[in-house]
Amino acid sequence: MNWWLRLWRRKKMEEQLEKELRFHLNEHADELIAHGSAPDVAQRNARLALGGPEQVKEKCRDARGTRWIEDFFQDFRHALRTLRQRPGFAVVAILTLALGSGATTVMFTVINGVLLKPLAYPEADRLVTLHGKTEKYGEQWGFSYPEFHDYQSASRTLGSVAAWTYGGGTVTKPGEAEYVFGRLISSGLFSVLGIPPVEGRAFLPQEDQLGAAPVAVISYSLWQRRFGGSKETIGQHLILEGKSYTVVGIAPAGFRVDGEADIYTPLGQSTDPRMQDRAAFFIHVLGRLQPNVTLAQAQTELSVIARRLAMQYPEDNQGRGMVAHPLSQEVVGDVRPTLLLLLGAVSLVLLIACVNVASLLLARAVSRERELAMRVALGAGRGRLVRQCLTESSVLGISGGALGIVLALVGIHPFVSLWPGTLPRAEDVQLDWRVLFFALSVSLLSSLLFGLAPALRAPARNLEHGLRGAGRSLGGSTRRLHSVFVMAEVALAVVLLVSAGILGRTMLRLSSLDPGFNTQNVLAAHVALSPAVLENPAKARAAWEDVLERGRRLPGVQSAALADVVPMRVGEDSVGYWATPVPPAPDQIPLALISIVTPDYLNVMGIRLRQGRFLNEQDRIGHEIVVVIDDNLAQHAFAGSDPVGKSLWIQGMPSNPVRIVGMVGHVRHWGLAGDDQSRVRDQIYYSFHQLPDPLVHFLSSVMSITVRTSVTPLSVAEPLRRELRGPGGDQTLYDVQTMDDLARASIDRQRFLLWLFGIFAGLALLLACIGIYGVLTYLTNQRVPEIGLRMALGASARDVMQLVLGHGFGMILIGIAVGILGALAAGRLLEHLIDGTRATDPSTFAIMIPILLAAAFFASFIPARRASRIDPMSALRQE
Amino acid sequence: MVAPKTDLPQGTLDLLILKVVALSPVHGYAIAQRLEQVSRGVVQVPEGSLYPALHRLENRNLLAADWKETATGREAKFYRLTRKGQKQLETEAASWQRLIDAIALILGMANGGAR
Repeated sequence: MNWWLRLWRRKKMEEQLEKELRFHLNEHADELIAHGSAPDVAQRNARLALGGPEQVKEKCRDARGTRWIEDFFQDFRHALRTLRQRPGFAVVAILTLALGSGATTVMFTVINGVLLKPLAYPEADRLVTLHGKTEKYGEQWGFSYPEFHDYQSASRTLGSVAAWTYGGGTVTKPGEAEYVFGRLISSGLFSVLGIPPVEGRAFLPQEDQLGAAPVAVISYSLWQRRFGGSKETIGQHLILEGKSYTVVGIAPAGFRVDGEADIYTPLGQSTDPRMQDRAAFFIHVLGRLQPNVTLAQAQTELSVIARRLAMQYPEDNQGRGMVAHPLSQEVVGDVRPTLLLLLGAVSLVLLIACVNVASLLLARAVSRERELAMRVALGAGRGRLVRQCLTESSVLGISGGALGIVLALVGIHPFVSLWPGTLPRAEDVQLDWRVLFFALSVSLLSSLLFGLAPALRAPARNLEHGLRGAGRSLGGSTRRLHSVFVMAEVALAVVLLVSAGILGRTMLRLSSLDPGFNTQNVLAAHVALSPAVLENPAKARAAWEDVLERGRRLPGVQSAALADVVPMRVGEDSVGYWATPVPPAPDQIPLALISIVTPDYLNVMGIRLRQGRFLNEQDRIGHEIVVVIDDNLAQHAFAGSDPVGKSLWIQGMPSNPVRIVGMVGHVRHWGLAGDDQSRVRDQIYYSFHQLPDPLVHFLSSVMSITVRTSVTPLSVAEPLRRELRGPGGDQTLYDVQTMDDLARASIDRQRFLLWLFGIFAGLALLLACIGIYGVLTYLTNQRVPEIGLRMALGASARDVMQLVLGHGFGMILIGIAVGILGALAAGRLLEHLIDGTRATDPSTFAIMIPILLAAAFFASFIPARRASRIDPMSALRQE
Repeated sequence: MVAPKTDLPQGTLDLLILKVVALSPVHGYAIAQRLEQVSRGVVQVPEGSLYPALHRLENRNLLAADWKETATGREAKFYRLTRKGQKQLETEAASWQRLIDAIALILGMANGGAR
């Protein structure tokens, strides 16, 4: 019989046990009677020989092996009963735990979805991304297209390799003109990822070559939007950038290559001049490891290939290494530390909640001492009592945990939507069995944590004392344990408060930082020129002049300029530069951000001119090529001497050197928080009007218009869009943003963390105060007779208050001391993980700790006052 | 004179029960009596531990039980050996025998050494 079957048939088994023993007794008695005993004597002797039917039954039940579960049910019912007797206690405890475990569960749900679940590709753990790496600038490099082919043919550890880069353009047919994001992909991309198109097919290798017929795979959403999801779409045509493509496949819904795109075209067909350039590292590469090949093996092979290429092409590949990372790491990006940080913070809150409930339970355990002593006297073993106490706390823990799961269900969606920017893999963040398992373990573990201390108090000795004393006087160990709880709560609260304080100060500092330009009243938007003009540089230049002219004329617009890169927005363009005629070694060349702009850019952005002049309308093709640099570059390249008039060499420029005509203030391109830490901070401004013809085409596909307005910037967005439709009606605006929003978004992460830490710290403070209040009230109640005696002997109300407050403050101060140590460590961690944080600031402590002291004082004041109002006579009568 | 009774060595009660039940299906009271007789009053079987032991063995599927009427007309729980119980009995009996032989050998050796 299975144990659960035995459990099921418990009643029947009890009956049979009874019957079996009765039979034994009867037989024995009969035999004794047969030997001449009187019936009642025989019955008694038979009983004695067996050794007490009840005891035997107990042992037989133990032998059944279902004992623990029967006891559990019994304890469970008992726990429910005792909790129902004091609903107030139960509600406070369960709510406290629900908050703690709910917050922890939300964090774990996100971590589970983002970090733990495998990506939604077949055998996703074998997918890797490859990056170029140089000593000086780390791993921010892509591949050049020829290099991609080198690796594709040389690598044995990678079963297949695929490449992609960003693309996109204006789709004019079928339907209205619309700018869509696209990707240029090599023919193997879909098969490397292991995800076939839902309709049609992926690209063939022969389509991935110059001169092949133009074909496209479109996104599921574009298919629905423009083709109504029709099956006949395959084989139809689509006009992208004025060129007709045959649709050969539909990507699955939600398919993404670094974000979702609408249109995929073969990379090999691209006529971009960079495709042949070994120094243009704009290709992203991913691959699938061969079965049974480890990442380390692939890494070793990549290094070997990189060394060979460095010898073969020293000019472009010297000092260039290659690294492979799991694709999941690339997809998730840098959210791991933020998530783990938040998990740490909520765990502290959970810990405080546990300590709080533990001290509540302990207080109750002390007043229940008599009940427990009675149970021991009636034969309960110590283990049995401990188990009963733990059952009680698990009932609390699991109810709290269950409510916590409900809270998590409610809270997870707002949390994900409040995430600064977009949370990677947000679609994978869902409650699943792993989350439920986690929530259950957390609540069980925490119930063990808060239930153990009271349970271990279960009396084993000194029963008489327990029975008689009825929990009126308090042993020193209990008082000490209570104090430890208060100290722990205070210490944890200090850690959270100070962390919140550090983040608050960071936010204040970052928001008051000078971004280097005036963010107010500036609008920036990408402009996709009409595909008809793009191929011809002269026409493209004219179209841009027209865009500027129309933008400038719009009511509410003060000035307008073009720029390829906008500060704090995604996207950058970095080039190598040097200031002496002899270039440094290839891997030693410093990098600068280059911005291709029109002269009014200085006015639109409100950038400060430090020396010389900015670019002007006379800087055109045919005139001397000039650039403007920022003070950072001037500092690096010319060490403080006046740079105006000096020469600068820019890597890849046909007309080197160029002359520096001015110097402007540094612009925080990488955002308010991130700029100080970024590796490429030097800046160069180059006139759009001086671009050589071959570059006009490429840059035209990335240029933006920026306007300074005299009205709310977003209010000119629609008029601008209408005004810039162009003669063919196929010129489009996209990524319309205000500079204020971009600047704000650059410290979103810090703001988000500040909010959460603020909430956690507030919660911690509240819980700690409840804990202090509860413990002091309890301890004071226990000391009523003592206090009564003191007062009868002449202590004043003041003395009594001092006594209680002194006791409370002793605990609080020790807690704060411990907490400061923890907070110092937490500050280090924050400094390390969050851009722009400076933890070593004593003033944060000086602000946050008095807050805690004030709250703690308030929490201990109430019980102290109550103690001071004790009537000595009635207090003494209690004794 | 009554010889002082020896306590049953740990773990042997199960073996004895298995041996008794192996002869024929039998109820608890009869087992108690049989043990008493067989060990001729030398070994004290505390009746209180007999039933827990029976239930434990039943639990481990070494014994099975049926309710049958006895000669006296009462309904009793008759235990019988299962195949698993049979195997257990054999291995345990054999290991006991080995132990006894070994101890006898050692005791004999000690005597020899004294001479």
